[in-house]
Amino acid sequence: MIAIVDYGAGNISSVKKALEHLHTDAQVTSDPSIIASAQKIIVPGVGHFSRCEMLNQNLRTPVLESISQGKPYLGICVGMQWLFEGSTESPETPGAALFAGQNSRFPASVKSPHVGWNQIEIKNGSRLLCGVKNGAFVYYTHSFRAPMIEQTVACTNYGGDFSAAIERDNIFGVQFHPEKSAETGLKILENFCAL
Amino acid sequence: MPSEPLNPSKPNPGLPGAPWLAKRIIACLDVDAGRVVKGIQFQQLRDAGDPAELAFAHATAGADEIVLLDITATSDGRKTLVEMVRRTARELFVPFTVGGGIRTLEDAARVFDAGADKVSINSAAVANPALIGEIAGRFGSQAVIVAIDARRGAGSPEAAEVYVAGGRSATGKKALAWAHEAEARGAGEILLTSMDRDGTGMGFDCELTAAIAGLVSIPVIASGGAGNAQHFTDVFTTGKADAALAASIFHFRNQHFGNQHFRNQQFGTHAVAELKQILLQHGIPVRWPC
Repeated sequence: MIAIVDYGAGNISSVKKALEHLHTDAQVTSDPSIIASAQKIIVPGVGHFSRCEMLNQNLRTPVLESISQGKPYLGICVGMQWLFEGSTESPETPGAALFAGQNSRFPASVKSPHVGWNQIEIKNGSRLLCGVKNGAFVYYTHSFRAPMIEQTVACTNYGGDFSAAIERDNIFGVQFHPEKSAETGLKILENFCAL
Repeated sequence: MPSEPLNPSKPNPGLPGAPWLAKRIIACLDVDAGRVVKGIQFQQLRDAGDPAELAFAHATAGADEIVLLDITATSDGRKTLVEMVRRTARELFVPFTVGGGIRTLEDAARVFDAGADKVSINSAAVANPALIGEIAGRFGSQAVIVAIDARRGAGSPEAAEVYVAGGRSATGKKALAWAHEAEARGAGEILLTSMDRDGTGMGFDCELTAAIAGLVSIPVIASGGAGNAQHFTDVFTTGKADAALAASIFHFRNQHFGNQHFRNQQFGTHAVAELKQILLQHGIPVRWPC
């Protein structure tokens, strides 16, 4: 069973729907014991980084323990941003600090939020993006983004390159919304489910 | 800290010289009492099919987003909306917007719960501008589209006035000021319909679209007046639109699409693919192949 962690950050029913489409057993939950018993964890989210406060208060321990046990984790949008040290959007809200760096706002040279379909440039060897074509389009809606790091496996160029996807061992994150990215997104979720 | 410098001008891998972010083609389905309809010359409504089936067909054919606009006049007919949204959302994996008759935060909550990603609000936002912030505060700005129906006649874009109630009532509000206020109150996108051009097939109001796109930093979706593929090229270049809404050109077979005769099969789902190919030839970045 995959636990879809509900911490009050936006519409998560679409992630559930996508997993149902893939015939995967998933449960939307904010119960620490269900999260602890799940085989995999998805932390979705859209909106303000301060929403991670609720994640930090009640669910940080079970989520981080599951990750340290080697269970696959997929963070989507804010759920990926949370993996970093923090975000200038809400400096008082700490992230999980599993990856180095801060999320920050797009430069003033581009319109913000970044909304719509953009392309991903994929590094070879990503397990999450296996079978996804380089230059594939995915759907974004966000105003803050993660820096380019060593574990970046795909980047998008909008006001400079940013991390579209990161991965290290059992930890995965995507800034875009696979549940809204048509066939490309479903393929990525399928890859995660098959880990 | 970033381990490598950001590259501000990396060429678009698919379309050299163009920005990376695709211009969006959004299919709009007008729904009356649970069926997709399309007015012909604003007169009779022709039944074009089931919303869930048509939304899926358009998404499969390459539409980047789906908007379902409930134009049902009767309260009896409206009861079907939430169930229809749920049915439509079930197998739809592109962004899905629902508009028409959303007057309160509770109305919005019901369609989000049924699977919509965004709501489009129009008259209700004009009557109660705080509604924009209420929905954005709970569901995020990305979930709120403020639809603006504007008319300017022979006047300048600055003179364009906002209309409500399906274009029947003038509000006295200026379209530019209202777009600016909507953004400040938390709207995530503006859907701008030119009432001067709507239904004419003469092309989008590029001047008004560009004026609003230059004023706000949120995306502007242009609507009203599309008659041929060149009109889309125009609205994405001179009109500075981020997305364009298209309805009737996608629905019916055997449509003449300007000089391009679209070989539409059932419900014209091939039209969006052909339109995107033409846009690519003109250097407009679009999501293709889908």
